[in-house]
Formats: sequence, C-alpha cells, structure tokens
Amino acid sequence: MTTAAPASPADTTTPRTAVRGPLRHLLRTASWTAGAWLAGLVFFFPVLWMVLTAFKQESDAYTTTPHIVFSPTLSQFKAVFDSGIGPYLANSALATVLSTILVLALGIPAAYALSIRSVRKWRDALFFFISTKMLPVVAAIIPIYLAVRDLGALDNVGTLIVLYTAMNLPIAVWMLRSFFLEVPREVLEAARVDGVTLRQEITRIMLPIVAPGIAATALICVIFSWNEFFFALNLTSVRAATMPVFLVGFMTSEGLYWAKLAAAATLACLPVLLAGWIAQKQLVRGLSMGAVK
Amino acid sequence: MATFAPPRPGPMTPGARPPAAARREAWQRRLPLTPALLFMIFVTQIPFVFTVIFSFQSWNLVRPGSQHWVGLGNYANVFTDSAFRGALFTEIEMTVLAVAISMVLGIGLAVLLDRKFPGRGIVRTLLIAPFLVMPTVAGLLWKTTMLDPVYGIVNYLLRLVGVAPVDFVSRFPMASIVTVLVWQWTPFMMLIVLAGLQSQSGEVLEAARVDGAGPWTTFRAITVPHLRPYIELGGLLGAIYLVNTFDVIFMTTQGGPGTATTNLPYYLYQRAFLGFDVGQASALGVVTVIGTIAVASVALRMLFTVFSTTEGRA
Amino acid sequence: MAAVASIAAVLLSATACAGAGATGGGSSGTTITVAIVANPQMQDMETLTSSFEHSHPGVHVHYVTLPENEARQKITESVATGSREFDVVMISNYETPMWARNGWLVDLQPYADRTPGYGPNDFIRPVRASLSSHGDLYSVPFYGESSFLMYRKDVFAAHHLTMPAHPTWTQVAALADKLNDPAHHMAGICLRGDPGWGENLAPLNTVINTFGGRWYDPQWNAQLTSPAVQKAVGFYTDLLRRDGEPGAPTAGFTECGTDMAQGTAAMWYDATSAAGSLEDPTSSRVVGKIGYVAAPVDETASSGWLYSWSLGIPKTSPHQQAAWQFMSWATSKDYIKLVGEKLGWSRVPPGSRNSTYQIPQYQKAAAAFAGPTLQAISSTDPAHSTVEPVPYTGVQFLDIPEFEDLGTRVSQQITAAIAGQQSVHAALAQSQQYAQTVGRTYQHP
Repeated sequence: MTTAAPASPADTTTPRTAVRGPLRHLLRTASWTAGAWLAGLVFFFPVLWMVLTAFKQESDAYTTTPHIVFSPTLSQFKAVFDSGIGPYLANSALATVLSTILVLALGIPAAYALSIRSVRKWRDALFFFISTKMLPVVAAIIPIYLAVRDLGALDNVGTLIVLYTAMNLPIAVWMLRSFFLEVPREVLEAARVDGVTLRQEITRIMLPIVAPGIAATALICVIFSWNEFFFALNLTSVRAATMPVFLVGFMTSEGLYWAKLAAAATLACLPVLLAGWIAQKQLVRGLSMGAVK
Repeated sequence: MATFAPPRPGPMTPGARPPAAARREAWQRRLPLTPALLFMIFVTQIPFVFTVIFSFQSWNLVRPGSQHWVGLGNYANVFTDSAFRGALFTEIEMTVLAVAISMVLGIGLAVLLDRKFPGRGIVRTLLIAPFLVMPTVAGLLWKTTMLDPVYGIVNYLLRLVGVAPVDFVSRFPMASIVTVLVWQWTPFMMLIVLAGLQSQSGEVLEAARVDGAGPWTTFRAITVPHLRPYIELGGLLGAIYLVNTFDVIFMTTQGGPGTATTNLPYYLYQRAFLGFDVGQASALGVVTVIGTIAVASVALRMLFTVFSTTEGRA
Repeated sequence: MAAVASIAAVLLSATACAGAGATGGGSSGTTITVAIVANPQMQDMETLTSSFEHSHPGVHVHYVTLPENEARQKITESVATGSREFDVVMISNYETPMWARNGWLVDLQPYADRTPGYGPNDFIRPVRASLSSHGDLYSVPFYGESSFLMYRKDVFAAHHLTMPAHPTWTQVAALADKLNDPAHHMAGICLRGDPGWGENLAPLNTVINTFGGRWYDPQWNAQLTSPAVQKAVGFYTDLLRRDGEPGAPTAGFTECGTDMAQGTAAMWYDATSAAGSLEDPTSSRVVGKIGYVAAPVDETASSGWLYSWSLGIPKTSPHQQAAWQFMSWATSKDYIKLVGEKLGWSRVPPGSRNSTYQIPQYQKAAAAFAGPTLQAISSTDPAHSTVEPVPYTGVQFLDIPEFEDLGTRVSQQITAAIAGQQSVHAALAQSQQYAQTVGRTYQHP
C-alpha cells in the first residue's frame, strides 16, 4: 500500500533461493506473479464481464456459451440514455456532491476541535460520532420516514443530502482527525510563538498539510453516498430517485435485457470505480477511519 | 440511534470553577465542534427517541385512525415471532460467514501482494474493484450474468466439466449471497491486512532470519502476532458494515426463498415498508438496537485498543 | 440547532426545484406520471402509448415501471401518504375499495358516465363490483382473472379417467393419486407452493373457504387454528407433498406454468389468465390438449378467486382530466382491438369486458378457454366466499390493509410446512398468532 514500507518480505526470502541459483529464483517469481495475476483477474472478472456485456448486442449477451468475440456497439448505452437515466444520474450526482460538501463543512471544524485545539471531552465526542455508525440504519428509518413525510420532503434530493451527510460525517471526522494529528506540533507552536492569527495558522500552515487528507475524505464520502441504496429506495420514488433505484427496474423476471442492464450498471459504477482507483493510496486509511495508514 | 458509554470516559465533572478567560477559551474550542455534533444528534438521536415511542403503539400507516397505545404488546409479539428468531439466526450466519471467508481470502491475497512482482500495482487495482462496485449492481450482476441457471457464466463453467446446471440463487440462497458479499469485502480485508504486513519492522524480520528462523516460522511467530490488531480491525469494521446488509439481499433473493435469506435489516424493512406496521417495526428496531449495543460496546472497546496501538497518539 | 435546521431547509427547497426540473421533460401540455407493474400486458401498453399520444397531443405519458412487489409498495406508500408523484396508479381489487373508503381515490363514475362510448357497464359484473365503492367505480379494470382447474385431456383419456365439469377437491385428490407418476416425470397436480400473499395463499385461500374455514369470526378473533382451516391446509399440503410438482416450495405461477406447458403435470389449479400461454404454440407443447373446468369445491358451490389489475387516480393528482383521458384509452374497447390488431389477439388483456368475448377474432384465438374464463369470473362472489360469516370481503385476500403483510408472513409459514420444515399444526399456530395481533387492532374501539 504505502511506498514507505521499510522492507518487503520479498527481500527476506530472496537470499535463500538466490543461493540455489538465479533460475530457481526466476521460476519462483514467475509462479508468484502468475498466481497473483490469476487471483486479480478472478476477482476482477465479473466487473470486466459487465463492461464487455455493455458493449454487446442482446443476442451476444444472452447466450448459453459466453461470447468473448463480438462486434462492439454503443447502442445499449444509447438505449439506457433514451430510457431516461438522465434524471437518476443527476439526482445521484447532486446528492453525492452536496452531501460531501456538507460533510466537509461540518467535519473539518469538528476534526480540528478534536485534534489540534481539542476540547476536553474529545474522547466522548469522538466515540459519540463512531457509535452512530455502529447501529442499524433500519432502526431509525420509520421516524425518519414519518418526519420526512410530515415535512413534505419525501421524494426530495435534499432529504437524501441531509441523511447522507449524517451517514458519512462520523467517518469523515475520524478520518480528518487522523490527518490533522499529522500536523507537527512543533511547527504549530513555533508559529504561535511568532504570533500568527488563528486564520493564518489554519490557511498557511495546516491546509497545505492536510489538503490531500481532505481530498481523500471527500472521495470516501463520494463512494458511500453514490452507492447508497436503503434511504434512496424508501424515501424517493420518481423525482429524486438515484442510480441504485433506477437499477431496481432491471430486477424483473424478464431477464432478457442483460446488455442494457450491463450498460446501466457500468454507468452506475463508473464514477465510484474511478474515484476509488484514484484514491487507492488513501482508501485503506479512509475505510479504517484513520486507524490504519 | 443511541450512543453508548465510551470505553474510557473523559473527565465528566469539572473540578474547580474555571476563570472567565478559561471559560472563553473552552467555548472557542468547542465552537467548531458544535455544528457537527448538533447535526448528528438531530439526525440520528432524535429519530431513535421516536422509534422508542412508536414501539409502544399499534399503528398501521395505511389504515388511517389506527394509532393507539398498546404498552408492551409489540415487544410480546417480537419475542413470540418465530420469523424474528429466524432472521436473527440468518443475520448471525450471514455476517459471520461473510466476515470469516473474506478475511481468510483477504489474508491470502495480502500475502500474495506483499511481494514485489511485475504488475503489482495493476493487480492491486484490479483486486479492489469489487469493493467499489455499487452493491446493488453487485447483486444484480451475480444474480444474472454469473449465477443464472441457463445463461450464467458459473453454470457455463460447470457444464464444461460435465455438471448439470444449478439454479444457485433459489437452491443455495445463503451461499449465493455470502458469495457476493465475500467478493465485495475480500478486497477490503486485503487492504487492511496488507497495510499491516507492510508496517512490519524490517529489522525484526531480519533479526529472525539471522537467528535461523524459516519463512514459515517467521510468519507464525512474528507476522501473525503483528497482524492481529489489523485482522481484528478488519473483522470489526467489516462486521459493522455487513450486519447492515440489505442491498444485495434486495437485488438477489428478496429475503427468500421463503425466509431463507431474511436478515434483521431485511425483516425490519419488510415490517416497515411492506407491512407499514409502525408499532411492530419500531419494537423490532428497539430490540435490534439493544442487541447491537451489547455487541458494539465490546466492539468499540476493541476498536479503541486497535486505534491506540496503530495510532500511538490517540 | 437552528443553523442546522435552516441549512436543511435551504437544501430542501433548493433541491426540490432541481429534482422537479430533472424530470419535467415535456415541452408543452400536460405530463402525467403513470406507475405500473412490469408484466407483459403492461409492457404492451407502454409500447402502444405512442398511439395515445398521437391522438391526444396535449398529454405526455411518463411511465414508472417496477416489479410487482416494489410497484405495490411504492404506490401504496405514495397514495397513503398523499404525495403527488403519480397521476395514474395501477392497483387491484384489493386496494381499490379500501382506498376509496379512505378517500384516497378519485370517484371515476362521473368520468366514465360522461365519456362517450366508454361503456362502464360492459365490464364483467363481479370485476366491476370489486372495483366499486357504494356503486361508484374507483378504478377501471385493465384485465381480470379468476381461477380454474386445467387438466390434460390426453393423459386423462390414456388412464380412462374423466374430469367432472364441477369437480370436488376429494375427486381431484383421487385423480391426482392415480395420475401421479414421478418415474415418468408426471406430477398428479401442480399447485403453488412458494410464499407470498399473491402466491400460494391465493389458491390455498380458495381451498380454506370451500372447506368451511375462515380467517376471522365476525368479532375479529383469528380462526386459523380452527378444525376447518387445519383440515384445508392439511389437505393442500398433503396433496402437494404426495402428488405435487418437484420443488413445490419454490414453485409459483411461473414454475407451474412451465411444468404444465412442458407436459410434466396432469392438472393445474391456477389463474384463468394462464390459459393464454398454454395455448400458445411458441411457449407450450400441450396446445389443444388441455381441458378447463370450474375451480374445485368442497362445501361451497363455487370457489374461484377474483383478481383484477386496474387503473385509478389518486386524489392528490393535479392532472385528473389528463389522467382520465389516458386511463379511458387504456381500458377502452378500442384499446382491446388495437392490441389485437397490432400485437396479436392472444395478447389481448382478458377478463375485463364482456364485449371482448364477442369479438370474432378473439373468440377464435381463445376458443379453448374463453368460455370457461368468462364463466369462472362471472361466478365469483367476494362478498360471500366463506361458509360462515366473516367481517371482511374478498376471496383470496381480506380487504384490510394489514393483509398484504399478514398474508405474506402466513404464506411463509405454509411454505415451510410444504417443504417439510415444520408441521402444518406449527405453521398454523404461528400464523394464528400473527393473525390475532392484527385482529386485536380491529377489536380496539
């Protein structure tokens, strides 16, 4: 994961084999490589197959013997766009982007107050945040549903934004805090001795250090919001429905439209797949809420 | 939802009354935290209070005027409901299986990736893809292209070796769902274990080798103890997410056939949004939360230990 | 707190506009949102909508198509909570009378009477009655069905057996015993075993009714452990376990249809709408070999169920006039002809209008089953389907909003009994407890 790993066990095993000769070493590396690649491809295969199927005609997709060679077509993507995926994509994007902005707006100050200039009961606050993550969402869905209904906010993207913010804020606070803790105390103290204002302390010293951390946090929030299904299913129906809800329409027993389904699924996965791959280095840290670097 | 007591509470009562300046300072420190704290209380705690209130009522949403108090009646129904016990058992089975299998596979993959080989970055990129796939898509993808009895790839492979096609999703619903969950969560476990492997001190490994320990002995005596907190963390976080499994069930089996794959979230969803039974669903919710608190407070303690060991400064 | 609330309020209002703008779509005129269930007949409707939009240039139709369970849930939720997302909803004779009583649906009688050539009195009588409240239509039928017994005439002849025109369940069980031949891939009878209030509970409830059982007595005391219900469920379960199709616990309408069409079942008790595909050479190997007789009975004179997918307008819809224009088109005599001419007469939605059965082309296409279907639907009586008095109406369902959930939970218990995971006695004991919980809410003053 990290490039800073001091030593890889590979280095520790090589000398033993190196004694027996370079050929054996080469063979070992080759089989190791093959094994790892095989594992990678096996895990990746369903995703690959989805993307391939998205470029097929239905007749190539729905076959008892899988067609690996076929003439690619964009007609499925066109069909998906014609069937009105647009508003769903727009709703997903809106809910994801705005909730992520809100998470950062609330989470950055909170993380600051739990690390650099920490409140006295920071430990209580921190555990309050994480405890909300541990309890089943379903247990609160009924009052949320009723409240949203009484506010007239069913089928409203704003509702999703508020809920996604609540869903991601605990993770973001823990994660951001772990980045804030990396700001060297000495630098901060030196700056304070020099009499910088709080604003300067934040903008000049901290932001440059934690900016990558904020970006990583944002990406994690994007991943979870974009993929969220439970709230979207129960609190939206037509106007505010998001991508996962769009896919429910493909669940019917008429499984004849696999290629179109694959095209829709590919579009649904693409943003997060890209975000995740870009944020690879920070992914583990985000997922472990900052516990693992 | 509710909170539980943190494992090591900070000072709860201030000793002497602080002077004005210190109070202002304390306020300044608290200010940035307040919006986030209030937001979370507002969105997550207040609804739970209402869940508790509703749990003492009989109320069907699609029957106007049906709302009235019933005391503990809903709880009595929850505890005499064999389907609830079934859902609880399914929940445990599904979570334990998914966490355990994905952890074993994750450790294996992490060990593979811990060594340099051509294309390591690409393989890691490929491996994390399943985790990033939208769970609804994962469910659909496996149900159709992979596990379909006639057109699915898995059955195609089975036919190649002469096995008759199997309708996995209806014949082996639990195994099908666990497969999808394991496929999605193995990369997560792998990433955490890999981080653990790569944080091992080179000197210790070197010293072990100098002392004549073989790779297997080194792995068992040094690497495994070193990995323990990482494995615990991965298992714990995986479990936190997996107990809430809903999307994959919804998209593949809908809790069936029968109730074979109805876990607690799905059962609660059915009571709430198919039955529109506010009272029963709320009572179920409260029982679930109490159960989770019991399990999660243990988990939180563990989490805290892990954080202390990996973070140092916490 | 105030800050959070105002942030939330701003977001809500800001995105309400954005959300609405996203699906606005239509350039001019009215766009109506129609929520329908994804099944072949509704998809035909979607296909033919261009013809409607052509003749009604001011109205655009936006469909929200969902699988049955999701559609039902979304529609119920939306109508019950008075949200305005749908202008036309696809419901059934289960929802219509309840929702009409709750004041959630627009009274369609004035519209129907005012529309020239619509002919609401042409709807088959029990179907029309089941979609009415106090004599006024609150939803209009898209298609209707009852249940009847289908049997293989050739197999019966080979075994020198005859099927009575009005069989009793005792006779059917005896016939099934003789015809059941697993060694030659022939099930004596195919019955739904899979869970769902609209799955195994539909045929089973007709059996419970005709065996003299009932769900509740008039005081809403649950009766699922009564001797009559025990006998009926025991009979159904035993018959299915002894002479039923393999894999019965997961077999529903679709699976039984496949069994029958592939010639692996001698009898099948199910919906009248199944006949269409059994007589379709592209999907069936038993075309022309099937006989159709009335639903088997025990103590009652008839026992068939009654079901209809229909279209209604939620009271909250702001486009009721346009909604009616669309609905009256989709349920008109002309629509039936349009389907017949454009898509084929076998795809005509059956069981809604008497006049459908007068169309020569349809009579020809549905010669084998049109008569028995019309007869079955016409002889249903949801108000008097049980032997003893009950506080509810309905044949295969109870007209209470809790039934959807209650029925599904009971059906899961029944499936477990069919699968042999528990006894009928245990299944009914648990079911009784579920039913008692619901019943108690009606005993409450």
